[in-house]
Amino acid sequence: MPEIKVTPLGAGQDVGRSCILVSIGGKNIMLDCGMHMGYNDDRRFPDFSYITQNGRLTEFLDCVIISHFHLDHCGALPFMSEMVGYDGPIYMTHPTKAICPILLEDFRKITVDKKGETNFFTSQMIKDCMKKVVPLNLHQTVQVDDELEIKAYYAGHVLGAAMVHIKVGSESVVYTGDYNMTPDRHLGAAWIDKCRPDLLISESTYATTIRDSKRCRERDFLKKVHESIERGGKVLIPVFALGRAQELCILLETFWERMNLKAPIYFSTGLTEKANHYYKLFITWTNQKIRKTFVQRNMFEFKHIKAFDRSYADNPGPMVVFATPGMLHAGQSLQIFKKWAGNEKNMVIMPGYCVQGTIGHKILNGQRKLEMEGRSTLDVKLQVEYMSFSAHADAKGIMQLIRMAEPRNMLLVHGEAVKMEFLKGKIEQEFSIDCHMPANGETVAVTTNPSVPVDISLNLLKREMALGGPLPDPKKPRTMHGTLIMKENSLKLVSSEQALKELGLNEHQLRFTCRVQLQDPHSDSDTLHRIYTHLKSVLKGYTIQHLPDGTVMVESIVIKVSSCAEDANTKVLLLSWSYQDEDLGSFLSTLLKKGLPSGLC
Amino acid sequence: MAAHLKKRVYEEFSRVVQITHEEAPAKKLRLSKPSKSAALHIDLCKATNSTDALQYLLHFARKPVEVESVEGVVRILLEHYYKETDNSVRLKIASLLGLLSKTQGFSPDCIVDDAINTLNNEKSHQVLAQLLDTLLVIGTQLPESPTVRLRLIQMACKHLSDTYFGVRNKCLKLLGCLGTVDAPLTKDNEGAGTSLGDVRDVQTIISDYFGDQDPRVRTAALKAMLQLHERGMKIHEIIYDQACRLLTDDYEQVRSAAVQMVWVLSQLYPESIVPIPSSNEEIRLVDDAFGKISHMVSDGSWMVRVQAAKTLGSMLQVSPHFLEQTLDKKLMSDLRRKRTAHERAKELFTSGEFSSGRKWADDAPKEKLDRNTVYLIASGACGAFVHGLEDEMFEVRIAAVDALSKLARSSPSFAEKCLDFLVDMFNDEIEEVRLQSIHVLREISTHITLREDQLDTVLAVLEDSSRDIREALHELICYTNVSTKECVQLALLELLKNLNKYPTDRNSVWKCLKFLGSRHPTLVLPLVPELLSTHPYFDTPEPDMDDPAYIAVLVLVFNAAKSCPTMPALFSDHTFRHYAYLRDSLSHLVPPLRLPGNGLDLVDSRCSSGSVESAQLFLQQSLNRVSTIQNLEAPGAQELLNFTIRDLQRLGELQMELAGAADFCATYLRCQLLLMKALQEKLWNMAVPLCLKQNVTATAAAQQILEETYKLEFLYGGLESRQVATIHHVRLQAKALQLVLTARTRQGLDPLISSCEKFLQDIESFQRLFLAELPHLQDSFVDTLLELMPRLSSCKPVEMVKILQTTLRQSGLLQLRLPEQIHRATATIIEPTGESDNPLRFTTGLVVALDIDATLEHVQDPQNTVKVQVLYPDGQSHVIHPKPGDFRKPAPDRHRLITQVYLSHTAWTEPSQIEVRLLLAYSSSSTTSLSAPKLGWSDSVDGLQSPEAAVEGTIPFSKPVKVYIMPKPARR
Repeated sequence: MPEIKVTPLGAGQDVGRSCILVSIGGKNIMLDCGMHMGYNDDRRFPDFSYITQNGRLTEFLDCVIISHFHLDHCGALPFMSEMVGYDGPIYMTHPTKAICPILLEDFRKITVDKKGETNFFTSQMIKDCMKKVVPLNLHQTVQVDDELEIKAYYAGHVLGAAMVHIKVGSESVVYTGDYNMTPDRHLGAAWIDKCRPDLLISESTYATTIRDSKRCRERDFLKKVHESIERGGKVLIPVFALGRAQELCILLETFWERMNLKAPIYFSTGLTEKANHYYKLFITWTNQKIRKTFVQRNMFEFKHIKAFDRSYADNPGPMVVFATPGMLHAGQSLQIFKKWAGNEKNMVIMPGYCVQGTIGHKILNGQRKLEMEGRSTLDVKLQVEYMSFSAHADAKGIMQLIRMAEPRNMLLVHGEAVKMEFLKGKIEQEFSIDCHMPANGETVAVTTNPSVPVDISLNLLKREMALGGPLPDPKKPRTMHGTLIMKENSLKLVSSEQALKELGLNEHQLRFTCRVQLQDPHSDSDTLHRIYTHLKSVLKGYTIQHLPDGTVMVESIVIKVSSCAEDANTKVLLLSWSYQDEDLGSFLSTLLKKGLPSGLC
Repeated sequence: MAAHLKKRVYEEFSRVVQITHEEAPAKKLRLSKPSKSAALHIDLCKATNSTDALQYLLHFARKPVEVESVEGVVRILLEHYYKETDNSVRLKIASLLGLLSKTQGFSPDCIVDDAINTLNNEKSHQVLAQLLDTLLVIGTQLPESPTVRLRLIQMACKHLSDTYFGVRNKCLKLLGCLGTVDAPLTKDNEGAGTSLGDVRDVQTIISDYFGDQDPRVRTAALKAMLQLHERGMKIHEIIYDQACRLLTDDYEQVRSAAVQMVWVLSQLYPESIVPIPSSNEEIRLVDDAFGKISHMVSDGSWMVRVQAAKTLGSMLQVSPHFLEQTLDKKLMSDLRRKRTAHERAKELFTSGEFSSGRKWADDAPKEKLDRNTVYLIASGACGAFVHGLEDEMFEVRIAAVDALSKLARSSPSFAEKCLDFLVDMFNDEIEEVRLQSIHVLREISTHITLREDQLDTVLAVLEDSSRDIREALHELICYTNVSTKECVQLALLELLKNLNKYPTDRNSVWKCLKFLGSRHPTLVLPLVPELLSTHPYFDTPEPDMDDPAYIAVLVLVFNAAKSCPTMPALFSDHTFRHYAYLRDSLSHLVPPLRLPGNGLDLVDSRCSSGSVESAQLFLQQSLNRVSTIQNLEAPGAQELLNFTIRDLQRLGELQMELAGAADFCATYLRCQLLLMKALQEKLWNMAVPLCLKQNVTATAAAQQILEETYKLEFLYGGLESRQVATIHHVRLQAKALQLVLTARTRQGLDPLISSCEKFLQDIESFQRLFLAELPHLQDSFVDTLLELMPRLSSCKPVEMVKILQTTLRQSGLLQLRLPEQIHRATATIIEPTGESDNPLRFTTGLVVALDIDATLEHVQDPQNTVKVQVLYPDGQSHVIHPKPGDFRKPAPDRHRLITQVYLSHTAWTEPSQIEVRLLLAYSSSSTTSLSAPKLGWSDSVDGLQSPEAAVEGTIPFSKPVKVYIMPKPARR
């Protein structure tokens, strides 16, 4: 049985450095090539030595597919393609291709320039890497080679995020990347058609969460910001530069517009401006509202949101500031936080997940006194709020996607093991399909049952149609006669005559002959006539002929009568039928063995 | 000349009645040219190849065919059909047959045989499909003939086994439209070659195709079944299972149709019991269907989602606990097993298995739960609305909001539950959705009492910058019940804030507070001292009476005091004074109060019941009194008219209900008075050259009467043709007067002749328009004129003028009869208020936009009639036609105009005032078209020949508002 093999190099029972190897129908594909935020050593990147110990990866991989531009999905790409060595095609969507190099460059700068690491990829490497990228459009089927084809579906999550459908022959795999089933202020919901893949590889970040209605969260968020502004307080919203930040900006921008608010909103700059530019360009990837109104006004051209300057933090009066990074572990957001933490009128809203050890994590867990570097402590008086605006599908969303795609097997990645375990149980119970959750480096093999396509000759099909009922019924299989020819890797079903012709063979007739002894006192010809009338009465709807040469023909079966040499009363009937008439022939022989009824004339 | 006139008039007279009758045959004659079918025949014979023939047919199809020649045409077409070898031509002929059999008055039973015959011999699938379509048309044209029907159905059954999906589609459609349930198709159709051995009815046959391999055929089968239902046949319950299976079809159109089918069945058999698969429990069918359709709200295709969300709204019989689960995402676990697993459900809920995402780290996994209890995919209605309301497509969201409202109206407990969700929708990104959800909340607000926190979120929307949203919200607050006095206070505070931020909302906010006060008198009572800032010992300063916020507070308090007699005791002196002032100035907002103590009986009798009837009586009496005018001497008559007019005007002011009628009468009488005065002038006895001076007043009077008659005709709604006749009569009199005056002043015959001719035309058209009313106009001016008509039309202009003069002077006042309901169109400009002292400055040559906000009452078709006039100080005036989208309709008979007009002018040295007012445009041709048959678009060009069509004009119907503007010279 053919198998699909899946080996996660990263993201197996883990979040970060997504990298999944899939072998399907003899093709090897790498899905995502990300880095891990939590490590600064070799564990940062996936272990490519799993694929090959030395030498380039090109000959081992048929293609690499990147689902979206987050660094945990594309951060290791230049490393892999330029430093390890890969020259094959890399597939990603247009927005991803546009934004990805910005993030990579930023990442490189921080690692090399700030932390002073050496042996890291260079700007030139990023450029070279991006030259290998082949852009994808939504719902466009791209032939990687003769057998392997891929198709991208909309995934929500961030601008340009895509799910990919990978198909080799009749086997197929869907990889979701990160996706979101509820639309938000700037992106739509993920969607896939009923493609019934053999395997669905899904993320499972929120495997145990069912989120409240999105509106509820939005309303809470806006209310909190609004109240705080009215009190004259300052609001700090730590975000990562791309993705959620844009959603929150739109949310606040429209709210400010609707409510006619005047308090300033600032966005700490950096790579944001460049990225915002791309958001304005890729309008087709956004949600219904933005797509429909961009002619009047592009929603990403913010009226109320201005660039932030360090000195603004000390300005009096209310304001809202978006600052990076999102977990308050360093940079501008931390500086502002330190400034504002002492005033209980102020507020900090954490819009997403915080890794353990960061200040964000600490304050969310209720710590009110923070130890800063240099042994000083910081009293946290400001209000701390948590609003989950993370754009991953929740448990119900994952189930919904499974229902949409109807896969035959499931595989969970990109999540914590305990949570996955829970969801795995649910999936197996609800859909009764197998669900896997391999750890990094562990290989899962999924056996497939590919259907074998066979060409059938039209004549044969028409002939069978003419014989049978009105229409083929998909629920009732029907048997048909034909000859299967296997020739040069293709299968063909043709009628036997045609098969003979094609193969240049002669047709052989196969005939069965049998003798039946019968006690009948009449003369031969009378007996024959009696048989004729008997059969005529029994077999209605068949053509029965009494031929002048002393035979009876039932369809193509010949019956002859001769007297036995010893006993004139014992007649020997000779039945002969061809292989095709086996059914009728055997029926006749058993019928005649019983003898003729006496009442015949 | 005169002879010519006479001839024309006579001609018109003798034929008046027949004109319409004669037109019809004339038309017929033109249409029934025999050339039609013959021409087609020749064309088709001429056609050498199929392309030509197709061209001829296409050309032919563009014109209608008259009833008589349909059969001939059909014969020719059929004849050609048999000869034709090209599929496309045959297809076109088949479709033409269908078109022709739709012709009014043609009975297609004669072509049934031919059509069926062609069907049997046809090989091409496309043509077959088209022929079946034609048969369908024929079948629907012959609803009375069961035999034809049966034959058609048999044909359909026979072709159902066709291999082409189009043919199967059409067969199913035919079955759906013509099939009958009560008469099962019996064995006769065995002969027709189908393999349907036993007795089967249409429904079984159709439902067989639910499993067809082609999705289009599956859809057609479902649609056919729905069609059967629409035609009043009872669908079998067995279909339910099959329809449910189709809900998971791969194709969206099938799923969409299946949703409808399931809905239909749930309405037919709500109480049937269906088993739940994989368990031995049973539930009501309507609940099961509800669960299944709810599931479709998270379908992959948004068309299906819209369909499902809409459908949910009409499933009112569903059990309450199912209904409530549509709003719950978390409790989804065990809907189906709820009856047996109550305990487990509770345990599950309290164990907090799923995190809500609103608190940090509450999704740390706890102990593993029993697998059997938790169903992640809602096997029922779970969270359907939660999904629907946060859908990506706003169409789905609107459908979901609508459905919520329908369900909530029938179930108070559900209304209570869906409140939070509706309030959340106030935050939607699309204004349409926000507005819709506010409206919905208003509709269900009779069921609910808002808690303080809910009220808080509702009121937050008051700051919205969209006027529509705010007004909708005010409307909502008018109907809301609140529970505590804090809520009232909160609402008041927010409304005052709103008033402060958007001063233009003044009226709307006051109205809102009026209802808030009258709804919650007991809650307002404890707040009164605080609201009026009274103090037990000290006198507090008297608040500013012009402050809109203070007025708002007073409106609230006074309306509460109406049903709370103890409240006035808390008022201070100035409050009473303010009451008296507001009662007078804002009488629609401040109710009459019975105020004890201070000697002032402020209860006025204006609104006491019964006064309407007495006023009505008074009106009638005044009119009767006027009718005696005939018998009075001139000065006495004029006096009487003067008094009556004054009485009526006052009555109109006092009695709002009768304002329209009173005004109407007064205006009419004023016309009469003017006429009377004009005729009484001495000038009539003087020699012509001496009276030039007096002529001027008479001419002015005639002109004024004309204007007033247009006002009478177009400003008042609810007139009957009798009143219109009376008005036209007065107008005729005024025209006669004008004619006489021209004759006296002007020299020269030529202009006189033309005006005479025009006058005769006027009489003519009057007679034509009001033929039915003539009996009521006995002894009137017109009556006399019509008697004299032969003479008038033959005599010389000078003589005619003389006749007119005497008739005019002899004619008396025509008695006015009041219609049942009569309304005067009025308009009030709310904005600009005209109070501002700050001039609107703008640069010369550029434009400035002026916001106009006005209410229009009793205006029919304001989109076409209402215009804005801007009058500049130099006498220049502009008329601006507002866009149709600027009119809103908040209530019947009331419109709201919110628009912007653009002003521009050359530079001024000083700021100055311009006047803005609203005009009502009229055109007298509109009355003609009322009585004449409505003309089609294409005929209208030659149809408009009536001479009065030219009379168009405008009536100012609002008070002008002055706006201070200052165009500055542009800087160089």
